[in-house]
Amino acid sequence: MTERKYLAGEFFMSGDDACAEGAISAGCRFFAGYPITPASEIAERMSERLPEVAGTYIQMEDELASLAAVLGASWGGVKAMTATSGPGFSLMMENLGLGIMTETPCVIVDVQRGSPSTGLPTLTGQGDMMQARWGSHGSYSIIALSPDSPQELYDLTIRAFNLSEKYRLPVLVMTEAATGHMYEKVVIPPMNEIEVVHRRKPAVSAGEYLPFKPDADLVPPMANAGEGYRVHITGLTHDERGYPAMTAEAQDRLVRRLVDKIERNRDDIIDLEEDRIDGAEVVVCSYGISARVSRIAVEQARSEGIRVGMLRLITVWPFPEDRIRDISEQVRAFVVPEINYGQISLEVERCACGRTKTVLVPHMGGGVHSPGTILEVIKQVAR
Amino acid sequence: MNTATTNRAGHPLDPYLRTERMPHIWCSGCGLGLVVNCFLRGLIQSRLALDKVVVVSGIGCAGRAAGYINLDSFHTTHGRAIPFATGLKLANPELKVVVISGDGDLTAIGGNHFIHAARRNVDITVLCINNFIYGMTGGQVGPTTPLTARTTTSVGGNIDQPFNIPYLAAASGAAYVARWTTAQVIRLQKSITEALLKNGFSLIEIITPCPTYYGRMNKQRTGLEQMKYYRDNSIVKSGIDPKHAGIEFNGPIIVGRFVD
Ligand SMILES: Cc1ncc(C[n+]2csc(CCOP(=O)(O)OP(=O)(O)O)c2C)c(N)n1
Ligand code: SF4
Repeated sequence: MTERKYLAGEFFMSGDDACAEGAISAGCRFFAGYPITPASEIAERMSERLPEVAGTYIQMEDELASLAAVLGASWGGVKAMTATSGPGFSLMMENLGLGIMTETPCVIVDVQRGSPSTGLPTLTGQGDMMQARWGSHGSYSIIALSPDSPQELYDLTIRAFNLSEKYRLPVLVMTEAATGHMYEKVVIPPMNEIEVVHRRKPAVSAGEYLPFKPDADLVPPMANAGEGYRVHITGLTHDERGYPAMTAEAQDRLVRRLVDKIERNRDDIIDLEEDRIDGAEVVVCSYGISARVSRIAVEQARSEGIRVGMLRLITVWPFPEDRIRDISEQVRAFVVPEINYGQISLEVERCACGRTKTVLVPHMGGGVHSPGTILEVIKQVAR
Repeated sequence: MNTATTNRAGHPLDPYLRTERMPHIWCSGCGLGLVVNCFLRGLIQSRLALDKVVVVSGIGCAGRAAGYINLDSFHTTHGRAIPFATGLKLANPELKVVVISGDGDLTAIGGNHFIHAARRNVDITVLCINNFIYGMTGGQVGPTTPLTARTTTSVGGNIDQPFNIPYLAAASGAAYVARWTTAQVIRLQKSITEALLKNGFSLIEIITPCPTYYGRMNKQRTGLEQMKYYRDNSIVKSGIDPKHAGIEFNGPIIVGRFVD
């Protein structure tokens, strides 16, 4: 059934379309969304593609409902996704917390635009990076990936699904208008070459099953609704049975585990692209479209004899603290270009912890940096 | 709210309850226990396969129902039970998905989801428990509080027009619409069975005592007094246009099956 409609080959495709195809490849069979520039093309393609692969598309009344429906669908046993931009991402923060607390696998794509508020609907931004980390109330850890091309939007959407199924949480794909609307070559491999991860199922009978009793990796196996396990799932603090437990002890146990299941598996989750960091005096640390622009500046600086390394964050959250710390021992400065007034630069600065300088190269949004601006900063700090 | 202790030895509905979670958190005299009782009896009567029945609740006293029923059950976020249930149902159409939640949850913060689910005629059953007030948060005015009724945020009497929930649901496209009070348990149970077996969006509004807040602030201090008011003032008018089923403070309560 899915074979016939599975695309494989080389395509000239937008980032948004590539994202939708990545979802299909990963086994996503449910999409709930609400139109918003510059993410609508993902919904449009999903509305066309899902019926072809026996999946379900629904346009909800808002983004609160979209993510609620996605969580419900995931508990119905189907891989589910939504896609939005800043204003909708803000509305999703409530149910992002529910997804974290109930350990519900799903994927949320944020195609960032100029912000705050309605900002610049059609123009690019990277202003939601801290919201991705801290947007819902409470202490939790999150996984967020940042692609730098349509091809990577395809690849990382698959990875986002795999991570969400493995660690049981909503995983964020933090892209931006510039990448979502970019057309480039996208290679979709044959279906049998794609690694697809599914949630771990209970190994015990319904009578013995504790829905929130974790395995050694701190992730509990998941029974879907309708499988006879009679689970109770709540956003309240709960014990291993899933029952509300209104004590500081239960809170401590649960919240620690929700954080630790990500933090202790950092090595598996974190993906970085490094280029000539050994021996560099300056390292440019960036992500998404800004990393793409930074690469041009880095090449120019190198041609002028400056020893510049490049660190691209493919996984932004959890933040690669150890790697930044190591690099901070050897370089004179980090240069962090991003399309906001300083978000990831704050993390770099925190991890560098005074051992080296962190220089933000901000862009308020509506476009990308000119490589010259980044080059100037590299030159200044290298001097 | 307080913690009621009950002697639960050998209750016939025990297999359908998470008895290990008793005592429940509801106040004595609260009507929510009756609602759960009627729901379970209506469900048994429907002969649906219980492993395929899922209860979804929002937040509130009524929202706690999910946690006491021995089915797959989800206690979600305030107002979002209906869209969560929509996703669940669409992902696995084999499931019978029932939303049990409060009037504030479903028609204030979740009001938009309510009308859109009715408009789409999503195949779910919604039990909207109307106690005329926000119980869980301490008795504040809500979207169903009758004009002039007192609450902790309308001590001089409510000045806003309440929703007529059956009318709202019917106008939005629901396939089945009924209203009962907890004083008509047999009719309510029967209606629940009908709603569960109905294809499409089915809604039952259940007028339910909250003696702790609504009753205390409106001279119906006990659950029993509220039940007496329901019994003496309910008028069955099945089949009428629910437009004419608005509720006035201490006035008659028109009940019945309005849309089928
Ligand atoms: C977003 C959000 N806002 C506010 C609350 C606080 N809150 C909890 S229950 C509730 C009202 C519930 O009223 P209703 O749905 O009528 O149910 P009842 O408690 O009366 O059964 C409110 C406002 C919340 N949990 N979440
Ligand atoms: S609805 Fe009212 S009576 Fe019932 S538990 Fe809540 S506060 Fe108590």
